[in-house]
Amino acid sequence: MTLSPLNTLVLRTSLPVMFGYLPLGAAFGVLFSELDHHWLYATAMGLFIYAGAGQFLAVGLLANQATLTEMAVATLLINSRHIFYGLSLISRMPNRGWRRLYQIFGLTDETYSLITATSLPADIDRGQFQLRVTAINQLYWLVGCTVGAWLGSQLEFSTDGIAFVLPALFMVLTIEQYKHLRDMRPFVTALAIGLGTLLLISREQMLLIAILLSLSVLMMQYAARRTHKGPEA
Amino acid sequence: MNEFWYLSSVIALLAGVTFLTRALPFMVLGRLADHPLLEHLGRFLPPIVMVLLVIYSFKNDVAFSLDFLPELGCLLLVTALHLAFRQALISIVGGTAMYMLLVQMGVG
Repeated sequence: MTLSPLNTLVLRTSLPVMFGYLPLGAAFGVLFSELDHHWLYATAMGLFIYAGAGQFLAVGLLANQATLTEMAVATLLINSRHIFYGLSLISRMPNRGWRRLYQIFGLTDETYSLITATSLPADIDRGQFQLRVTAINQLYWLVGCTVGAWLGSQLEFSTDGIAFVLPALFMVLTIEQYKHLRDMRPFVTALAIGLGTLLLISREQMLLIAILLSLSVLMMQYAARRTHKGPEA
Repeated sequence: MNEFWYLSSVIALLAGVTFLTRALPFMVLGRLADHPLLEHLGRFLPPIVMVLLVIYSFKNDVAFSLDFLPELGCLLLVTALHLAFRQALISIVGGTAMYMLLVQMGVG
């Protein structure tokens, strides 16, 4: 079997994502199986939601019996980083119609970084390349989610404590944020607001309240800086 | 509400919200995107949300007591592994394996 140069490039480029998505998807699947729902729901989440951190968060929210509003807001916020760094892609996506819609749907952190970081040979169609990379990445993720959820429902080993993958994932993302930002202030602020809300205000509504408090702090800080520098700043 | 309809509506809701966050920059284009307030929020909100999510994961466990020591220790392990290797998989699997070990030995 010979592959076209396009498909060879797609496979080779997406290989690192495969090594990440298969185990991470499987970890999600095993975690999901703890909820005792059919493994097909894990596949459905990988198919329709397709978001790493978002799906892990969803397991935590389902386990905590969060309300639909809480789920929507928490998901919106954890994905909010996409809003801010998707902008640079607009001029670099030649696809139109359903292809463009699918690409936007499948714009995970990893797909975004592959698409922006790969320089293409002249004879490769950029739109086709982007579309196929997006699709094969989602395929890896789907296989990971499904196998994990199925294994988790079959195996008898004790999975007590496996829910720790969730905070571990968030901790890793926090460190990555720090490496990117190199500024301790937002982390200290968040720690104070988060713990303060949890211990003094409400355990159940912690996430929503803490996020609203943080938003207000950021807006006040923004307003203060504007007045400080004058309206032209 | 039965399981099928409940999970289907959760999945539909989360799918919609996730798509919205990915589609937003393509919809607002440059008009709102370079407003300085959005830039300010875009810079500082993501790190804050991540820290809050770490805390939220332990919302029923956080306490100033020894009971929280395994969680705290394993979070530190995740941090150390990530600073040393910067491989998400190693950090996550290492910390989780240690936590599972502790919990199943009855420490957690």
